[in-house]
Amino acid sequence: MSSSTTNTTTIGTIGAPSRRNTELAMLVFAVLIPVFAYINVGLAKEGSVPAGVLGYSLGLGLLAGVAHLVVRKWAPYADPLMLPIGTLLNGMGLIFIWRLDQEPSLGKAMAPNQLMWSTLGVAFFLAILIFLKDHRVLQRYTYISMVVALVLLVAPVFFPGVNGAKIWITIPGLGSLQPGEFAKIIIAIFFAGYLMVKRDALALASRRFMGLYLPRGRDLGPILVIWALSLMILVFETDLGTSLLFFGLFVVMLYVATERTSWIVFGLLLSAGGAVAVATFESHVQTRVHNWLNPLELANGGVTETAQAMYSFGSGGILGSGLGQGYSRLILGIAPKSDYILATVGEEVGLAGLMAILLLYGLLIERGIRTALAARDPFGKLLSIGLSGAFALQVFVVAGGVTGLIPLTGMTMPFLAQGGSSVIANWALIAILLRISDTARRPAPAPAPSTDAEMTQVVRP
Amino acid sequence: MNKPLRRVAIFCGLLVLALLVRVNWVQFVQGDALKNDPHNRRVAIERYSTPRGNIIVDGKAITGSTTTDSGDFKYKRTYKNGKMWAPVTGYASQAFDANQLEKLNDEILSGTDDRLFFSRTVDMFTGGKQKGGNVVTTLDAKAQKAAYDGLGKQKGAVAAINPETGAILALASTPSYDPSTFAGMSNKDAEAYSALQKKSDADEPMLNRALRQTYPPGSTFKVVTASAALQNGLYNNVDAHTDSPLPYTLPDTSGLPLKNEGNIPCKDASLREALRWSCNTVFGKISADLGNKKMKAEAEKFGFNDPGINTPVRAAESIYPEDNRPQNAMAGIGQASNRATPLQMAMVASAVANGGKLMKPYMVDQLVAPNLNVVQQHTPQEMSRPLSAENAQKVQSIMETVVKQGTGTSAQIPGVTVGGKTGTAQHGENNKDNPYAWFISYAKTDKGTPVAVAVVIEGSDTLRDDIAGGKLAAPVAKRVMQAVLEGEK
Repeated sequence: MSSSTTNTTTIGTIGAPSRRNTELAMLVFAVLIPVFAYINVGLAKEGSVPAGVLGYSLGLGLLAGVAHLVVRKWAPYADPLMLPIGTLLNGMGLIFIWRLDQEPSLGKAMAPNQLMWSTLGVAFFLAILIFLKDHRVLQRYTYISMVVALVLLVAPVFFPGVNGAKIWITIPGLGSLQPGEFAKIIIAIFFAGYLMVKRDALALASRRFMGLYLPRGRDLGPILVIWALSLMILVFETDLGTSLLFFGLFVVMLYVATERTSWIVFGLLLSAGGAVAVATFESHVQTRVHNWLNPLELANGGVTETAQAMYSFGSGGILGSGLGQGYSRLILGIAPKSDYILATVGEEVGLAGLMAILLLYGLLIERGIRTALAARDPFGKLLSIGLSGAFALQVFVVAGGVTGLIPLTGMTMPFLAQGGSSVIANWALIAILLRISDTARRPAPAPAPSTDAEMTQVVRP
Repeated sequence: MNKPLRRVAIFCGLLVLALLVRVNWVQFVQGDALKNDPHNRRVAIERYSTPRGNIIVDGKAITGSTTTDSGDFKYKRTYKNGKMWAPVTGYASQAFDANQLEKLNDEILSGTDDRLFFSRTVDMFTGGKQKGGNVVTTLDAKAQKAAYDGLGKQKGAVAAINPETGAILALASTPSYDPSTFAGMSNKDAEAYSALQKKSDADEPMLNRALRQTYPPGSTFKVVTASAALQNGLYNNVDAHTDSPLPYTLPDTSGLPLKNEGNIPCKDASLREALRWSCNTVFGKISADLGNKKMKAEAEKFGFNDPGINTPVRAAESIYPEDNRPQNAMAGIGQASNRATPLQMAMVASAVANGGKLMKPYMVDQLVAPNLNVVQQHTPQEMSRPLSAENAQKVQSIMETVVKQGTGTSAQIPGVTVGGKTGTAQHGENNKDNPYAWFISYAKTDKGTPVAVAVVIEGSDTLRDDIAGGKLAAPVAKRVMQAVLEGEK
C-alpha cells in the first residue's frame, strides 16, 4: 500500500507485481486437486481412503512448497502460473499412473518410480533456478549444445528398440533413458544461439522471387541438414514424433528469428516431401497411417489398441465413468501408462476433464509464448519460443495421435505420462522458461538518486 | 520479433483448439456409437457386472446368477433344468452373447432399461447395486415337463397354447442343450459351445424346433382345408356326402393319381369321415376345387405367410405359397411346398378350439422391475378370425370324431372332450427319409378350453403310415393336455 502512494513517477522502478502470492494460492489448488483425486480413486477401487494419502499429500505439498520458496527467493518475478500448472499436471499424472497400477493385467506398479522421478525432476528444476542466474549464460554453449544434441539424437540407434521404436538408451543396472526428451531442450538452446547470430544473414541476404524471399543456397544449408537429420531419425529410429518435433521446432524458430514467411513455406514443403518419401517405403509409418484412417478395424481377429483407445474415449462420454471406474486397462501392454494415458483421462474424467487437461497445456504453452514476447533479449525470445513451441508440438502430436486426429506417434504426454526422462526434462524446461520470465519481468534497477530531490531536502528548514 | 511471435502464439492456440474440437467429436458426437459398439468389451462387462434378473415360470425363477472370479466378468448366468427350458429362455453367455428371451429382454434383465430409471436412481442414492428386473413368462412348468419328457430321446418339438388367450404354455424342443455349459468364457465353455454347433452335432441341439423350424404339416393341415371348405361354402354340412371320386386324379396332370394310405372308405366321404380316416383324395380335391387363392387366404388367416409372429421370440415364417393346381391340391393335404412350425399348427388347433377366434400367441406375461413393480403387462390380443363361430363348432365336431373313433384314439382323456388330428409328413425325395409324425389337438372341459397343442416328432422309422402321428405324437400331446388340465383343477 505504501509503495503505491510514494511511487508517483512514470519511470517505473516498480515493474510488474511479483505475483508470488498468486502462485502460492494456485499451488494450493494444484496440490489439493490431485490429493482429492487420489482419495477418489481409493474410494472407487477399495471403498476406503487409500493408506498412502497422507504421505502423498505431504510429499506433493512439500515439493510444491519448496519449489515455491525457491522461486520466491531466486526468481521472484517469474511467471506465476507455470509452476502450479506443472505441479497439477504432474500430480494428476501420478494419480492416473497409480490408478492404472491397480490393474494387475497392466504389469508392475510404476507410480512409486514415477514419484521418485518427479522428485528428481523438481530437484533439477530447483537446481536450474538456483544456479542459472541468467539464461544468457546458455548462449556460451551454442556449439557444445549442438554436439550434445547430435549425440543424444543418434545414440539410440546403437541400442535395441522397444516396441518398434529405437528411442531408448539402456544403461545396464540403471534402466533406460529417452534422450530425445533432453535433446529437445538442448537443441532449442543451440538453435537460439545459432539463429541469434545468423538471423540477419538469413533474413536479408535473399532474392525476391514470386513474392517470396528465396534464401541463398548457403543459408538454406542448416534447414536442409536438420531436415535430413529428422528424416534419419524417422528412418533409423522409426520415431515419427521426435523427427516431427525437431523439424517443427527449427522451422518455428527460423521464422521467429528472420520474420520471413518463406522459411515456413520451405519448411512445410520439405516436411511434406520427407513425410511422403518415408511413408512410401517405411512399413512402420504405413501401419500408423493405416490405423489412423481405420481406427475401429479388427486386426488378427481382435480389437486393435487404436480401437481400444477410441472405445475408452467414447465410453467416457461427457462426464466420464469416474476415477478408478473405467476400463482403459483393455488397452493392453505398457502403453496405457505412457502414450495412451490420455485415454484413461478421457474415460474416467470424461470430455470435461480431458478438456480441462488440454486447456492446462494450452495455458502453459501460451504463458511460455508470453514469456518470449516479454523477453528483452533476442536469445531469450528465441529460446523461450523454442521451448514453448516444442512443448506445444509434443502435446499436439501425442494428444492428436491418441484421439485419432493425426497418425499415432510414440511420444509421451508431458508430465502426465509415465517416464523418468520425460518428467525430468519437462521440469527443466519449465525452470528455464521461469528463469527467462523472471529476467523479463524484473523491474529495471532503481534509478540513481535524484540530485534535485536531495537539494530540496537540504534547503528545507 | 514480436509479430512472428504473435503468429506462433495463434498457431499454438489453433493446435490446442484442434485438439479440443477433436475430443468433442470423439467423446460427444461419436461417444454413444463408440460406447455401444459391439466390439467394445465394456458392453459385456457392464452386462455381467451385476446379477442378472430372472426368467420366471409359475412364480419360480428358472434362471439364476453366480459369481465368477475369472477375468472381467463378475457374474455368470445359471439355468435350472436348462435343457428343458432352453427353447424358452435361450442363452446368455459371457463369450457368445445371448439369444431369445435373454437377448430380447436384455435391458430389463440387466437393469439398463429406461423404464427402470426410477429404481436405478434410487439405487444410486442408496448406494445399492444396479439390479435387473424379471421376465414373467406364461409357461406352465408341468406342461413343459410333460412335453419335454414326452419327447424323450426322440427328435421333435411341442408347442402348447391357451386358445382363449394365446398364452404359450409349453415350448419344448429335443435334442436340447444346457445353456449353463457355455455361460462363462473359459476354454471349457468355448468347447461346450462349439460341440453344440451344427458342424459338430448334426442333430442341432441349439435349434429351437418349436418356433424356428418349419416342417411339411402333413395331414394335420387337413383341418385348415376343412375350414376353408366350410368358410367358402363349398360344403356346409360336415355329415353330407362330398363329391369325391376314388381314385382321384390330380388336376392338370396326365393321370397322376392321389393315393390314400391303405384301403379306406373315402369315395364321396363326408368331411367327418374323411377327417376321421384322413382321406387324401377328399381334401386334395377340396383344395383343388377352392383353388390356390382361397386356400392361401384361409391359411393366412391361421397365421401362415406372416414373417412377424413375435412371441416375443420371433417364430419362423410358415408358408402357404402361390402354386400351380396340382401342387395346390397336394398342399391341401399338407404334402407340397407348404410348411409350418409346430407353433403354427398349435395356433390352427387353438383357433378351432376358441370358436374360430385366433389369439396372438405370446410367452411374456409381465416385465417386472427389481422392486416388483410391473413395468409392462401383456393383454391378450385377437389376431384374426379364420372361422365363423358356427363353422368352428363343425370343425371341432369332426376333430373330436378323429379322437373318439379315428386315427387319434390314443389322445383320449377320460371325462374330457378332446379334438385332434394326426399327420405323417413324407420327407425327402420319393419318401426316402423318415417321415415326421404330427399331432395337433385341444382339450375342452365344462369350464373352458385351456389348451391346444401341436407335437412333431422327426425321423422315427418305426412307422411309416398315417398312423404314425397317432402312435408317436398323440401320446405326447395327451400328456401335455393332462398336465394343463390338472393344473386347472
